[in-house]
Amino acid sequence: MKLLVALICILPLVATGAAAQDRFIILQSTTSTANSGLLDYLAPKFKDKTGIDLRVVAVGTGQALKNARNGDGDVLLVHAKQREEKFVADGFGTKRHDVMYNDFVIVGPDDDPADIAGVYDITVALKKISAAKSPFVSRGDESGTHITERGLWKLAGIDAAADSGTWYRETGSGMGATLNIATGMRAYTLTDRATWIAFANKPDFRIMVEGDKRLFNQYGIILVNQQRHPHVKAAEGQAFIDWLISPEGQLAISAYKRDGQQLFFPNAN
Amino acid sequence: MSEATQALYLAVELVISMDAGLVEIVLLSLQVSLLAVAVACAIGLPLGALLGIARFRGRRLLISINNALMGLPPVVVGLAVYLMLSRSGPFGVFGLLYTPTAMIIAQTLLVLPIVAALSRQTIEDLNAEYDEYLRSLDMRLAGRLKTLLWDGRASLATAAIAGLGRAIAEVGAVIIVGGNIDHVTRVMTTAIALETSKGDLALALALGLVLVTIALALNAAVEILRAGAERKLHAGA
Repeated sequence: MKLLVALICILPLVATGAAAQDRFIILQSTTSTANSGLLDYLAPKFKDKTGIDLRVVAVGTGQALKNARNGDGDVLLVHAKQREEKFVADGFGTKRHDVMYNDFVIVGPDDDPADIAGVYDITVALKKISAAKSPFVSRGDESGTHITERGLWKLAGIDAAADSGTWYRETGSGMGATLNIATGMRAYTLTDRATWIAFANKPDFRIMVEGDKRLFNQYGIILVNQQRHPHVKAAEGQAFIDWLISPEGQLAISAYKRDGQQLFFPNAN
Repeated sequence: MSEATQALYLAVELVISMDAGLVEIVLLSLQVSLLAVAVACAIGLPLGALLGIARFRGRRLLISINNALMGLPPVVVGLAVYLMLSRSGPFGVFGLLYTPTAMIIAQTLLVLPIVAALSRQTIEDLNAEYDEYLRSLDMRLAGRLKTLLWDGRASLATAAIAGLGRAIAEVGAVIIVGGNIDHVTRVMTTAIALETSKGDLALALALGLVLVTIALALNAAVEILRAGAERKLHAGA
């Protein structure tokens, strides 16, 4: 009983422990920027410069946008340009800036059942996958990657979602979980290159399709609108955006490497 | 080396080296889950006891609801707490989302039905056993509750431990309301989920082994305390 009382007494301490350290911003971002280690790499550099702590919530782009809409974040760093522009147009964000890009790739098992290795045209590759009914794993979670993937199927003129549950399988999970599933069932999937390079569990798997300019993957950053959500830390959030699109922040992005490979390419104007 | 042996090796290495990141995560896990269980016990024990001995209309229905709530999926609780604590929700002004406090609230809600249901059963049985004796003392409800809760403390500790097991093992609720923020709201289970999604299965499994070991140690500690309490009880009788 004494233990119980003691524990209850600590409760306010835990609660205030988080609040005492007030100089922080919440960044709603995607699993690709977090799982690749980029944000862990940038956060201490930004903190050294400004003293502001970067707290990252890594979810899919769809959920990040939704959370930011609810005001549960100060800055948004995601990759679905049209939805980002709509977010700003609807008054939830102040301004959208390009930050960096990389590209999407199709990865698949070494034995390549649909014979797409080295195909340049992404629509041709997708047509071959659907014709062969080779297993393809989709994120199925309204993430930036999922939105891009649906757009690519549309370009190829294939209604893949109609075959959901047969060769086309929607996981409704993050990129990492989806890659685990793809390697587990020897299926093709679309992934951003950064997550793929940083991903550790890829036995007998490799990149099959890359380089088509339609596989371009642009990241944008937006400050959540303080007029809509008064508690938003606009000054601190803007400081992060300004730093990230400054020459210093852009250089930091290009300096981040995994296995000797650059994962993101800065392109803020 | 296979993934499993690699994981075992990593787990031992992590524990022996007292990896600073791991220690931080373990301490936060314990802090959050122990506090959640403490709050759930403070509410759930008296509530469960009352449900065990009071007789009123709708009691059976309440017990059924209580039992059903034991199976509440953590992700549903997480979502409900998110909607409450979100800046757009009714309690948004407190800015509790993505803090350990939010995680304690979510886990308290998960643990509460378990503590209440298990203590209800314990107290109901004990009450039947003690009924004549307590009647002879002409005890009022409050006194009865106090006596029964005190004498049932050994069994009630099991209710608390069952609650702790649920709290420390769940990931669905804390990942939504905590956000798995490094150094702020990252606990054992969300760290495991993160490492899995990075494809680092060995590290994820190693963290899992550490979690199981901690759960084992906590249970052993309670078992020892309980055995001690029971010995004292018998010695006194």
